[in-house]
Order: sequence, then structure tokens, then C-alpha cells
Amino acid sequence: MAAQEVQPSETIAKLKSESEALKTKLEEERAKLHDVELHQVAEKVDPLGQFVMKTRRTLKGHGNKVLCMDWCKDKRRIVSSSQDGKVIVWDAFTTNKEHAVTMPCTWVMACAYAPSGCAVACGGLDNKCSVYPLSLDKNENLAAKKKSVAMHTNYLSACSFTNSDMQILTSSGDGTCALWDVESGQLLQSFHGHAADVLCLDLAPSETGNTFVSGGCDKKANVWDMRSGQCIQSFETHESDINSVRYYPSGDAFASGSDDATCRLYDLRADREVAIYSKESIIFGASSVDFSLSGRLLFGGYNDYTINVWDVLKGTRVSILFGHENRVSTLRVSPDGTAFCSGSWDHTLRVWA
Amino acid sequence: SFINADFNIFRYHVAVMCLENIMERVIVSMQDPDMGMKMRNQRLLITVIPHAMTGRDIVDWLIQKYTITEEEALHIGNFLVKYGYIYPLKEPRNLCLKQDETPYRFQTPYYWTSTRWPASELDYAIYLAKKNIRKQGELIEYEKECYNALHKRINHTWDFVVMQAREQLRASKQRRKADRIVLECQEQAYWLINRPPPGVMDILEQGPDRRNVANTRVQLVSGQMLAIFVKYCEQYQDHDPIMQGCLPSNPWITDDIMYWNMNSETVTMPTKLRVERWSFSFMELLNDPLGRKELLTYLEKEFSAENLCFWQACEEVRHGEASKIAAKVDEVYKQFLAPGASRWVNIDSKTMEKTLEGIKHPHRFVLDDAQMHIYFLMKKDSYPRYLKSELYKNLLAKAIVPQETKKSVFPFMRRQRHSSPSPALVTQTAEDNGKAKPSAAKANAGTASQI
Repeated sequence: MAAQEVQPSETIAKLKSESEALKTKLEEERAKLHDVELHQVAEKVDPLGQFVMKTRRTLKGHGNKVLCMDWCKDKRRIVSSSQDGKVIVWDAFTTNKEHAVTMPCTWVMACAYAPSGCAVACGGLDNKCSVYPLSLDKNENLAAKKKSVAMHTNYLSACSFTNSDMQILTSSGDGTCALWDVESGQLLQSFHGHAADVLCLDLAPSETGNTFVSGGCDKKANVWDMRSGQCIQSFETHESDINSVRYYPSGDAFASGSDDATCRLYDLRADREVAIYSKESIIFGASSVDFSLSGRLLFGGYNDYTINVWDVLKGTRVSILFGHENRVSTLRVSPDGTAFCSGSWDHTLRVWA
Repeated sequence: SFINADFNIFRYHVAVMCLENIMERVIVSMQDPDMGMKMRNQRLLITVIPHAMTGRDIVDWLIQKYTITEEEALHIGNFLVKYGYIYPLKEPRNLCLKQDETPYRFQTPYYWTSTRWPASELDYAIYLAKKNIRKQGELIEYEKECYNALHKRINHTWDFVVMQAREQLRASKQRRKADRIVLECQEQAYWLINRPPPGVMDILEQGPDRRNVANTRVQLVSGQMLAIFVKYCEQYQDHDPIMQGCLPSNPWITDDIMYWNMNSETVTMPTKLRVERWSFSFMELLNDPLGRKELLTYLEKEFSAENLCFWQACEEVRHGEASKIAAKVDEVYKQFLAPGASRWVNIDSKTMEKTLEGIKHPHRFVLDDAQMHIYFLMKKDSYPRYLKSELYKNLLAKAIVPQETKKSVFPFMRRQRHSSPSPALVTQTAEDNGKAKPSAAKANAGTASQI
């Protein structure tokens, strides 16, 4: 019998239909496991009332785009960094500037306050993360006491102290995250797994305090074990870069903000996305997200200059806040949940309550 | 192999979502024949321009389509103009949306920013040259400067520039006046975005370059165990100042820092909400320095205070300086683990054996197992008993419920915003008084304040 010649196009067509059938079967299996979505579980929860939040403080002093900010544990001080290389420490309550440092690079995209309140860390296009101890001696040049801690091979996108002043976690445009010993600058652990720039990270508030989540330009959010360096969970449902990740206060989930104009909630135990926060009228990417103290509200700073406030449980938007005159680039709720601070490309920071 | 090839072809045709795609979806909706914008003819002096719409109509359509407020619709509409998807017919230089009878038109997809044909110097030069000829040298200031700069820079092709400009002008003269006006407006809007005048924000600015990945993804199905989120939010609702307010008042709103004073680490009598919160989870109790102090007092009564001290010492190993690990582990061994140690902790024999073996070569995580064992021991045993104890109950009964302070009735009599001592100063004073070594003080301050 003559062998039938199979045309390549037939093979492709056959394989395509096979893979389609497999996909359908997979979806069916998944659908069987499908329980309810968060907003359905929350149907009986009281809806939120009218929301009035206003700008209570405006911090002016940066000469260029504000890129990042972080709160001090004292609940009123903050550190902020900008495109022109300036890092400023403010008492946001009085709006007084207390310290200012000029970095030797532009685009300082990351900054963090040390838990003790005695130092700040920052970095950006210099590919490093440096720690500056905060001195109140006016004659002291803060830059002279600078300690270079982290070294990446591309820009520093985010940094965070762990539970003490002694360790820093960083993420970078080089696609990795890393844990560093501040005193020696030693690399304690590196985290490989993202396929593109890593843009953000957040430490888990868990009892054992051993994990963190990162988000990147590969649209993935990865959860890492800090001890072993292993990626223990990975989530890939966003359709564009993930600019921001933040844990839900209990540590059981985390939220993400992305250039795809949505924010999402991922449940760590269910290992799935459980809510999407989006609206057809929201066109621009979310740059930065954070939860209110109870986790009921999710604040998102967006590239269209606004801040959208989401009901985490019901998935609805409860409020939209106008005020900034350019992109909101960074947003953090204060440590005691009394307010949140937003930083913007309009050179200012605002505290809202 | 074949499967990979098929997948790659599949990938190639899946659009990567980005801002422009999202915006274009809006524009396409607006142009939908049934549900889109109602367009009309617009009279400009003596010419009638077809397919125009008013700013008011645009705002109204957005309000109706997306169920949003007027403020938000105007905000979005402005972006559609700033990004060049809609342009104004009158005052074409002013790329903003006016919510009145001002006429606008949809930009042709040829000029959409997503089309990405490079807005080259040559193209810009030809555009300015056309304008220069049409207005007989009366370009506006910044365009004149650009024109002259270009003339210098690409001088060698200037003949081509002028020839092209003349040719395009000649071709456009043969068009109907309405078409000509439309084409000029479209082109002008395009160049206003790609070469913004000084002082106008460059909407194309994106920040430092990022490497991205283009691929497909499969939508995940949502999951179970979601009731815990409802429960957590409900439990913490009264403790969430943004949701429920806080007593006596939110310092950011009233400028009164009483709330912070009453909840400071060193306060003698805590608030009721704060003490209640310790009962939510063991972590809440430990995270609050005052709570931790109370727990220590309770454990001392029970003669099991060494558990908490051991746990704290392990934290300092885990989060301290790398250079101090060996010394700290040795201290921990001497105080808590060695046979006959003054504060010996009761760990199961298996964990003890493993730990003692491990500390021969001390590293940051060598005490993890032992620490976790003691942590869960406290959590399962001491913690529930503490919550039932007289110590806790008495404190809860005596805890303060602050009176509400209203915002000042006279807005011009704003409270003075007092500054507070910087945390950096506190440590410095300690240094100056020789109270503690700088790094130790910082480490302790850092680790003791939270888990």
C-alpha cells in the first residue's frame, strides 16, 4: 500500500484541533473545581457608604517626578525619591523637610525607611541600593556616610528592609530579586525566575516571616521562599507589566496593579486569582496599590493621575480621587492606617484621609 | 516541532494589551454605528465639515456608556484628546476637551500613536515647511525655532524638503475645502503630540526602558476558601481608621495628635480597641510592644517567660548582622539550650538534637526549627490562657475609650501642628549618653518593634 503523504498544513490543522480539544477539556475540569468568586461570597456583606477622602497635606519640594515613597514606623514621617536624584525625608504631619540627600544618579525609583527610623535605603539607575544613616547634625554630610549594599546589573526597581535594619530585599530590571546583609554588603540569597524586568516586591506579614512576592514585566507575580531562594508559587493572569504588589493584611492573599488597567487579588491557599478590580472607563495602568488596615479597601494609584478606591470584597469601585496633575507613581497606606500617601510625576506628594 | 510552531503562530496573533489598545477600544465603541456617538455637520465660517461632534456630546456619551460622573467623563475625554484620538476643529492648538458646543472629530487611524510610524525629522521638516509656505513665513515662535534648527541639521536634504512641501500643498489645493481643512487639522494634531510645544507635557514619555515579554496566558478559574476574607474585614472594620474613623480623632484631619499619643509604645494605659486587637491573633499580641510586655508579665507568673525570651533571641539571630550570627547563636545556646542552662527551653528531643547538631556550624536559620516549635507552643497554650487570665481581663476593663474631638469650629484657628522627636534623634541621644552601642541599639529597635 502506498504511504499517504501527509501535508504539513494538515498536520498543523490536526494538531490545532487536538490542542483546542485539550484546552476545552482542561477548562471543563477547572470549571468543576470552580466554587464561587469573592464578590459572590461577599453578597451578604453590607455595602460601603459614601466615601469622603481629601488631601490633608501636600508636600512640595521635589524638583522633578516623585517616583517612590515609604512610611516611617512612627506613622508620620516619610521618605520620598525622585527623577532628579533627590531623596527627601519629611515629617508629613508638619510638612517639614528633615533630611535631603542627592544621589549620584537620576531616576531614583526605589526608596525605603528602615524599621528603626534611623536610616533610609534608595537606588535606581545606578543599579545599586545604598543605605544612608539619618543624622540630625546639620553639619554632617549624609552622603559621606552612605553605604553601598546591593549591586545589580540593571536598574533598581524596588527595595525593602526586612524585619530589621540589617537586611534589605531588592528587585531589579536585571530580572532578579536579592537579599543583602547591610553591614557587609554580602549577597545572602538571590531569586531567579522572572523572564523580564522585576518591578515590585512586598514582604509577607506571616507568622514565620519567610516569604515575599514580586511582580514583573513578564506579567507574572511570583512568591518566593527567602531561605531557599525557590519560587514556591507563580501567578500569571495579568495582560501586561505588573507595577505593584501588596499583601492583604492577613497574609493570605496579595493584590497587584498592572499596565493592563486592572488590579487583581490572588489567594495564596487556593493558588488562584479570586477577584479583578476593573472598569471599562479605566483605561490607564495602575502603578501602585495598597490596602486599608482592615483589608476592605484597596487604593490604586493610576497613570491617568487619579486614585481609585475599590471595595475588595464586592469588587466595586467606591470612589475616585482627583488632585494630582500627572501620573500617580507610588502609594502607601500609613502604618496605623489613618491615612495614605501618594507620590506623583507632578513633583508632589499628598496625604489623604 | 509542529506543536511549537502552531503555538508560536497562535501567540503572534494574540494582541498584547497596552494603553493604546485599551483606548482604541473606547474610540471604536464611540464610532459604533448603533450605540456610538451621534455625529453632525459642523460649520466653520463658510465651510461645512461632516462627521463632527460637540464636546458636550462626547462627555454625555461617556457618562451614559460607562455609568460615571461628569467629572470622570471629562477627565477621560481629555485624555482621548491629549493622546490624539480626537482633535478639536476650532483652536486646534489647544488639545483639551471642552464640555460645550466646541466641535471635535475622530483622528484618522493613520495618525494614531499606536501605528508607530516614526515621526522623523524629515516628516516634521516637511510639515513645518508646508506651514511656512502657507502662512508666508508667519510661523509661531517655537515652530520657527524648530524650523531653523532643522534647516541647519538636515541642510543637505533641504531641497527635498521644500520640494515635498510644495508638492503636498499643490495636491491639497485640488481637494475640496472641507477635506483640506480636515487634513490640516489631523496633521496638526498629530504633530502637536509628537513634537509638543515647550511647556506642554509630553504624553509619550514613559520612564526608563523596560524589557517585556509577549506571550499568551490562560485565564485561571477563581477558587475556594474565600470566606476568610469576609471574616477578616469584618473583624478589623472598627480598627480601620479610614473606614470607621478613630477616636479621639484622625490626626491628619483635625491636626490633633492625641490619637498617636494615646497609642504610643510607652503609654501607661492602652485604649480598649488596642487591647481587644490582641485577642484577634497571637501575631497581633506579639506585634504590639505593649502586648508583648503584658505577655511577658503573664508568662513570668507562669514560670515560662524563657519561651518568649528565646523566641526574641532567635529573631535577633535571623534578622541581625551576618557578622554577629556565630556570637549570638553561642549566647542563645548558653542561655536557653545547654543542659542546665539558666533559662532552659522545653523543646522536643528530636528538634533539640537537630538544633544542637546544627549550631556546631551556625548560620542565620540554624535556630528556625526550635524557634517555630516554641512559637507554636506559646500560640497553642500560653496565648489562649493569657486571654482568659485576670491580667488580660482587668486590663481590658480598665482600657480607655477616648472621647471624640471634633474638628475646630473656627477654621481659621487651625491647631498648631507640633513636631515630634525624630526616631533618629532618640538613638543619637542614647549614643551620646553612652547607653548602648549604636548598631546594637538599632538592631534591637528594629527587631523588637515587630515580627
